[in-house]
Amino acid sequence: MRVLEPLIELRRGLWTTLRSMFEKQVTTQYPEHKRPVKARFRGLHVLKRYDNGLEKCIGCALCAAACPADAIFVEASENSAEVRYSPGDRYASTYEINLLRCIYCGFCEDACPTEAIVLGDQYELTFTNRRAAIYTKDMFIEPVPAAGKPTPQKTGPGMFTRSVPEMKDPSD
Amino acid sequence: MTKQVTLTIDGQQVAVSEGTLIVNAAKQIGIDIPVFCYHPKMEPVGMCRQCLVEVGRPVVDRATGQVVMEDGKPKIQFGAKLETACTTPVSDGMVVLTASEKAKANQREILEFLLTSHPLDCPVCDKGGECPLQNLTLAHGAPASRFIYDEKQHADKRVPLGDLIWLDRERCIQCARCIRFQDEIAGESVLAFYQRGRATDIITNSEPGFDSIFSGNTTDICPVGALTTADFRFGARPWEMKAAASICSQCPVGCNVTLNTRREAKSGGKVVLKRVMPRQNEAVNEIWICDKGRFAHHFTENEHRLATPLARKDGKLALVSWDKALGLVAGKLADAKGEAVVLASGRLSNEDLFNLKQLADGLGGEALLYTQMGGGELTTAYGVPAGTNFAEMGIGTTILVVASDLYNEAPIWYLRLKQAAERGATLILANARETKLEKYSQFVVRYSYGDEAETICGLAKKAHVGEAITSAENLVVLYGSDGLGLDGSSALAAACAELVKSRAGKPNNGLIGVWPRANDQGAWELGFKPVADLKAVFQKANVVYIAGADPFGDNPELTSRIPHHASRIPQHASRSTHPAPFIIVQELFLTETAKLADVILPAQAVTEREGSFTSGERRAQRFYPAVPARGQSRADFVITAQIAAEFGLELEGRFAARVMDKMAATVKTFAGISYRELAETTEQWPIVGRGDLYYGGTTYENKQGLGVILALSPSPTGRGARGEGKPLRPDEDHWLAVPVTRLYDLGITVATSALLKARTGGAHILLHPDSAQKLGLAAGEQVELNGNRLEVRLDPTVPVMVALVPRSMGVPIAGPMVAKIKAA
Ligand code: SF4
Ligand code: SF4
Ligand code: SF4
Ligand code: SF4
Ligand code: FES
Repeated sequence: MRVLEPLIELRRGLWTTLRSMFEKQVTTQYPEHKRPVKARFRGLHVLKRYDNGLEKCIGCALCAAACPADAIFVEASENSAEVRYSPGDRYASTYEINLLRCIYCGFCEDACPTEAIVLGDQYELTFTNRRAAIYTKDMFIEPVPAAGKPTPQKTGPGMFTRSVPEMKDPSD
Repeated sequence: MTKQVTLTIDGQQVAVSEGTLIVNAAKQIGIDIPVFCYHPKMEPVGMCRQCLVEVGRPVVDRATGQVVMEDGKPKIQFGAKLETACTTPVSDGMVVLTASEKAKANQREILEFLLTSHPLDCPVCDKGGECPLQNLTLAHGAPASRFIYDEKQHADKRVPLGDLIWLDRERCIQCARCIRFQDEIAGESVLAFYQRGRATDIITNSEPGFDSIFSGNTTDICPVGALTTADFRFGARPWEMKAAASICSQCPVGCNVTLNTRREAKSGGKVVLKRVMPRQNEAVNEIWICDKGRFAHHFTENEHRLATPLARKDGKLALVSWDKALGLVAGKLADAKGEAVVLASGRLSNEDLFNLKQLADGLGGEALLYTQMGGGELTTAYGVPAGTNFAEMGIGTTILVVASDLYNEAPIWYLRLKQAAERGATLILANARETKLEKYSQFVVRYSYGDEAETICGLAKKAHVGEAITSAENLVVLYGSDGLGLDGSSALAAACAELVKSRAGKPNNGLIGVWPRANDQGAWELGFKPVADLKAVFQKANVVYIAGADPFGDNPELTSRIPHHASRIPQHASRSTHPAPFIIVQELFLTETAKLADVILPAQAVTEREGSFTSGERRAQRFYPAVPARGQSRADFVITAQIAAEFGLELEGRFAARVMDKMAATVKTFAGISYRELAETTEQWPIVGRGDLYYGGTTYENKQGLGVILALSPSPTGRGARGEGKPLRPDEDHWLAVPVTRLYDLGITVATSALLKARTGGAHILLHPDSAQKLGLAAGEQVELNGNRLEVRLDPTVPVMVALVPRSMGVPIAGPMVAKIKAA
């Protein structure tokens, strides 16, 4: 029966093909169609704001210290009541991440005392040169919420004296 | 030698001298007892209770006086309560437990208390990363607090104590280190506690606030981020900065410092200097620096720095290449030969000065030192030899300070002499006016301006004072130029040298010059000669090569010799037949002198290159590059070597270390010294800067060299005493105007540091209130002094009919002069 053996194999293979034609489709037609990412997906970083529009980032550079890829560069400056970017005394005047170095580990998120830096859903990143891979603060910062005002803001003296928001119970 | 005491700490036996505190004994064997209020440089106060340990002592039988034995070992009785390791001296047979359950529990609980209202600002706190409270909490703290979070107290977070130091009231843990530093070490009690309990606050009781020139040191020893400097505020996180060892270039003390640098986007991606920190050298600055050294560093990054060579073309300065500039300069120098003059100042390093001197010698020209203070050939001959240390001076040592306001001229020496006096040294201050150090002196010798040398000559014969000088076991004489010019200070140096001559070569004995610049002593060692009559130099020379000096800025009258400023030539000067010299200027900035130059060669700042300075104590110390050089600037010694190479003279122009080798081979006092030797260190006490910033503060440990005191050159080659010249005694209508030195003047280093500049005010003179009254003037009003308009400040320590004119404050003054002063 040596002659028949290939035919049997062929029939088996074709059957698999035929069967899969009636199965549910798994391929997505990217980029026309995009799959939603999982809740814990780690994509492009976003710098968050409070509802009043002030930036959460206080320029502490702890994210930069935590980053295993040494991808983050932060430089701080001082707020004043007239020119205020964030609550407290200090804000990030420079915030850069080299996205070619970033390994999307999310350590920066964990290190941040104000939950300012968050890895978002955006994963469509292309660069045509190395310089373009260094994203700056204006590229990370999220749009001003509806109820807030853009930064810098002019605020009353003594209104925002705490840099790090008070956590009621740090364990929850 | 003091009695040795043996005790056991955590099972380790250690022998220390009697009177040592437990905390220090433990430190010596590498056991770190946590402390906050204790600081090894200050008296213990036992305020914070962080250092609690269990202490046991051998039981002594009252009847026999013998130690009770138990199982062949002395019986140890532990106290019912813990004791503070920072206030308890060791005793024989003592047993200390620093990590027992009881001690640990207490250390943990003290931290819990300290943190009850601490803001936990670490992310935004300038101390975060080098904070004793952080470190100790990590090492000894409890994981959670039992205190109610909502009961945290809040206080002001941004309180300027002065214009240099900011206080965060929430972060302060009331250890009083800052207050004690000001009281005990600086001797300027300007800080205090206010209120009590949880409301305790640090306040300043001076006007202007925190009025001290040592204020920056409190930020180093503050164990939390309560005190931070306005200069650095939020400049970087400590772990982000690189450190380079350096030597402060502001005065002759030669404080060891560490320069912290960082690459910065704000500065266009350049590596910039962020802060200056003290580096421990117990023989020089201990662990302190003054505020000028700490805050006057902005000149390096100033935008007006020269970055390219310039040469005069059609009367204007235009950019040229280095090759062209060097060729031009070398050509002129080679033509001038013996008619060439090198004029340099003590701002340059030993290496620069050595090369300049070699160049001058090679040409047969002169190497002149631009200075208004003389006597360096005497400090070279009778200076303090190796083995000298202010820290060792106490009972038996007499220190004579003549014509020097150390507080302003050499602040760290002021601290060291104050301490020596407190240890029992006899401090004698001789000056025409009262200076700050007098408070600590045993004897004060007052003379009239002009009588300095004469007074010192007669000093040994005076009762009491003379005895203190002649019978002293050790005698150190510091002389300066308060109210003196070149002639006066040279004569004074000669008089002072007579006092120490017989003691030459004995450690802790000798003559020290309080020079106006960091490396004046080095220039003297290398054979530079001071120049009294600059005008004559510019009249005679064909080529003048000026490095690191601004004679035309200091004295605009000199300009009459230079044709580029034809409009400013007074009538009589233009009659001179000799053509104006070709002027080469090697500088950091476009100074008044540079503006007149034919060629300008941009030099590198101290912070950008390698080299060494010789301090007033004649200690050669290395500094290292911290930031990249500005533009195309080159190190001074390199430029000089490159010029020399153009006309075939071979000088070392690549490595500073090799210049030092050459110096060691040819200059007597530098014999045998190498960069390697200068970089050697030994263990220093107190131990600072390692894993335990809580003990000594954020001062850097010295790993880059303690420096070496140069050998003495036994035969003074200089002119020696110059008794000529009667003291100036103006008539009724005239005033005696004398130069004095202010710490914060209008020199380029202060002028480019905004915070300090605010402290200087404008050009002014100081008068006695009575003198001012005679002129019908009140403080703050304007006077005219020889054509300069100045503000009047009143100072009761100024003699009457004398006007003190601060140097580098807008009025040219080289020495004492008779002046006409009238209300403007
Ligand atoms: S995700 Fe990880 S690698 Fe990327 S910036 Fe954050 S810490 Fe660095
Ligand atoms: S993102 Fe967070 S961790 Fe990073 S600098 Fe800003 S506040 Fe600090
Ligand atoms: S003082 Fe120390 S513990 Fe307190 S906020 Fe600053 S870094 Fe943190
Ligand atoms: S400011 Fe600093 S040094 Fe002064 S008492 Fe408070 S914690 Fe201590
Ligand atoms: S009580 Fe000992 S260190 Fe404060």
